[in-house]
Amino acid sequence: MFDRRLLQCFDWGLLLLTLALGGAGLVALYSAVSAGVVEPDILLFKKQLIWYGVGFVAMVVCFLFDYKQIERFATFIYLMSVGSLVVVLFFGKIVGGSKRWLPMGPFSLQPSEMAKIAVIIVLARYFAKIINTEGLNLRDLVGPVLLTVLPFGLIVRQPDLGTAMVIALIAGAMTLFVKIERRTLTWLIATFTLMVPLVWFFLRGYQKQRILTFLNPDRDPLGAGYHIIQSKIAIGSGMLTGKGFLKGTQNALSFLPEQHTDFIFSVLAEEWGLMGSLTVIVLFLIIITWGLNIAGRCRDPFGTILSVGVTSMIAWQVLINIGMVMGLMPVVGVTLPFISYGGSSIITMMMGIGLLMNVSMRRFKFE
Amino acid sequence: MTDYLDNVDSEWFDQRLSVVLTIVVAAFVVLIARLLFLQVIEGPELRRLSEINSIRLKSVDAPRGLIYDSHNRLMADNRPSYDLSVIVKDAGPLEKTIAKLARYTGIDEVEFWETMKKQKGKRAYKPVLLKSDIGRDALAAIEVNRWDLPGIVVNVSPRRDYIFSPSAAHILGYMGEISEKELKSGRYGDCRTGDFIGKYGIEREKEHWLRGKRGGQQVEVNATGQVVRVISTVDATPGHNIFLSIDQMLQQKAEQLLGDRAGAAVAVDPSTGQVLAMASSPSYDQNAFITGLSHDAWNALITDPQRPLSNKAIQAEYPPASTYKIIAASAGLEEGVIDANTTHFCPGFLKFGNRTYRCWKKWGHGEVDVYKALKESCDVYFYKVGQELGVDRLAWYARAFGLGEPTGIDLPHEEGGLIPTARWKKKRTGISWQKGETLSIVIGQGFNLATPLQMAMVAAAVGNGGTRYRPRIVKTIRTADGQVVYKSSPEVVGRLPISATTLQMVQEGLFKAVNEPHGTAYASRLDAVAMCGKTGTAQVVGRKEEDAEGEGESEPIKDHAWFVAYAPRENPVIAVAVLIEHGEHGSSAAAPVAAEMIRMYIAGQSGEDSPEETNHQ
Repeated sequence: MFDRRLLQCFDWGLLLLTLALGGAGLVALYSAVSAGVVEPDILLFKKQLIWYGVGFVAMVVCFLFDYKQIERFATFIYLMSVGSLVVVLFFGKIVGGSKRWLPMGPFSLQPSEMAKIAVIIVLARYFAKIINTEGLNLRDLVGPVLLTVLPFGLIVRQPDLGTAMVIALIAGAMTLFVKIERRTLTWLIATFTLMVPLVWFFLRGYQKQRILTFLNPDRDPLGAGYHIIQSKIAIGSGMLTGKGFLKGTQNALSFLPEQHTDFIFSVLAEEWGLMGSLTVIVLFLIIITWGLNIAGRCRDPFGTILSVGVTSMIAWQVLINIGMVMGLMPVVGVTLPFISYGGSSIITMMMGIGLLMNVSMRRFKFE
Repeated sequence: MTDYLDNVDSEWFDQRLSVVLTIVVAAFVVLIARLLFLQVIEGPELRRLSEINSIRLKSVDAPRGLIYDSHNRLMADNRPSYDLSVIVKDAGPLEKTIAKLARYTGIDEVEFWETMKKQKGKRAYKPVLLKSDIGRDALAAIEVNRWDLPGIVVNVSPRRDYIFSPSAAHILGYMGEISEKELKSGRYGDCRTGDFIGKYGIEREKEHWLRGKRGGQQVEVNATGQVVRVISTVDATPGHNIFLSIDQMLQQKAEQLLGDRAGAAVAVDPSTGQVLAMASSPSYDQNAFITGLSHDAWNALITDPQRPLSNKAIQAEYPPASTYKIIAASAGLEEGVIDANTTHFCPGFLKFGNRTYRCWKKWGHGEVDVYKALKESCDVYFYKVGQELGVDRLAWYARAFGLGEPTGIDLPHEEGGLIPTARWKKKRTGISWQKGETLSIVIGQGFNLATPLQMAMVAAAVGNGGTRYRPRIVKTIRTADGQVVYKSSPEVVGRLPISATTLQMVQEGLFKAVNEPHGTAYASRLDAVAMCGKTGTAQVVGRKEEDAEGEGESEPIKDHAWFVAYAPRENPVIAVAVLIEHGEHGSSAAAPVAAEMIRMYIAGQSGEDSPEETNHQ
């Protein structure tokens, strides 16, 4: 039953890349929890180690079974995920005004993070069936849009705009990858450009203010704007070689409470400088290229689209998160893959890596 | 699927993947360019900013909305509070600095450490509170020795100041630190740990109006923490100002008349339902809550048998006693059980079953009609009315007069009182209604319970010709610059279910009770104005004896005294209910209070005698 070729084709490079990023993340997290506070919160660091352990198991589970099995269970996985999003709306723990967490004993999980994987799987299956060189027409798009809008809406209700946006972006990237018919695409773009001013016209004053502040954090000098200034100072003050491990001063006073989650890159850049931060960015670029490479070598549409979906998830989050902390993007709660603190984020990313490995190690089946 | 496979081959995929890769690489080039810009080009400048740690946030608290009375007299103000904090990182050796601070200010060092210990997640670069609201003397000492106190900062924040405290303490309420649970509820906007929110009275009810929006400044500071440049400012938005319908002079008069007796006095405007005064005695010092109440002081307040923290006008429920006869008479007349000519003979008692129900007047009232029954408060007359009406018909009228449910005033924690029915008793106690119990009910004893505000509203509705208004205490709410955002308008909640003739007869009875010899409140009549009213004496007896009028006399506890009234007789401008706990007789304890309130209010209204002057009497 066990095929020796599976082991031969195991993607050690991808594992190594993941471990390297995870290691960088633990170092940065240690800095984030110990600098500037009177009593360092080592508990968070220990928890993160546990999450990596759990994430590792999740990764193994994700590559153990042939992804063809996963394709078969796509609908089931999707429905389970949507179910958990409904459950969290009723029984979720309220933290900071939003219901995102499902308590699981001493820990809690965010079903919205896992939903990304479910959406990737279900869309990959859907697109694999209807893909053609002409591209999708308007009727083909109804299904994927509905499949995306359901979890998207449930996550917006929590509210967790960052994760909802990432899901929409992943779905968008996958759709564009499988190609939209030229005519349909033109039509969609035209409608969208027309809708924006129309919607803007009907928004109320305070809603407009909120959107403008979102797009330009400087409008909120006591909130997001302040965070961005502090983040830019932290990153810039790292200069070429950084201030050294645990020598960062900037993360000590400013970004509370997100310095170990959304603003972890600033902590890293301050202490390790261009040397460290460029290394991390390049590692991300390599892992993304690696994922696209896996997609290209796969000889089966489902595997290819699945890989593109997972890779786009990593790419979007890296671009949004690092773009945000450097003041290029609006401030939105999106974690930096493998590096930010948080169990759900780590597990989701490791599951994604597991799926990539799955596709990668079974490529021989088509050779 | 196989059809499509012919179409989408690996070459097609590779082509699309290379486009994707190009886009990804382009995006990463932008990221890296930005990184180079920040760390290489702007690096030295940003390093400098980070070393002096210079961009800081200064929070600016919003002043809370002010509260005024109906004559624009300021009741709740804000005063500056000087809060002492330390920035641990700037303080040098912390122990030494704190010791010096204690020496200069004369405040015990232990107090600083205790306050610091209580705060979680202390950060080295953010001010940690040492003591809030230090006095001006301590402040002066710190300012003089500032050079010797590195890292010590003084912030000024607005604090509540109740100008007339303890007057009107139950209306305005008090404030307290926001609790963990309240913070988590998400209902308190941008509140954070340590903030004060309204916990009682108007402060609580109108919290969302009164609380402003916090502002702040992004500033650049130098190495010693002085501000060298303000980068941007978000102004704090002050809270809304609230104008009450309370007349503070009448309020103080009522409190003064109650003195140290436990009880309540409520005055309302019968033509609008606006509350003119609402005194509850004894009171408490609201300002003590702001400066921080000690554990012992708090315990003393909550264990005091006179319940100073409770607003007895809306939270305390008493048997309405003979004031309930207003309702019993209305019900009897309206249901045809009695009419203007019906008389009963009162020998001083009524035998019912094997028990004797006494009238308060031992020797009896003789021949009594409905006017005399109200005027002299004859129990026997009403026993007979009650016997014929039955408990459930009485209850229907009592409810229609607004008893048995909260009035819906714009104050928190209001109680609704209790109007029993046969079904209620069966359900509650499992025992069927006894006919004899109706005799207690009809004279306002037994299970009956009402709040002073409810009884004031009964008097108001009878006085104004039968319209029931919802009592209102907030008149207008304005923004800090005077724009009206809320204006209360009279809200009719119902009409008394009685004919004009019935109402006139009841009014006549209440007029006679005050203005004719032998009326129960004759001693409290006013020269200047025709007051109509009804006394009541609520028995405070053990549960077992409560259905036997008169048998409670052997109890050592004194009865509660009631008086409800309105004036003038035509188009009344004020309706009052007074309750004095253990005041013994409505006529001797409660009626003079109500009469004096009415006298002063009407004198003030006609302008002959300003309320301020009468206050000295």
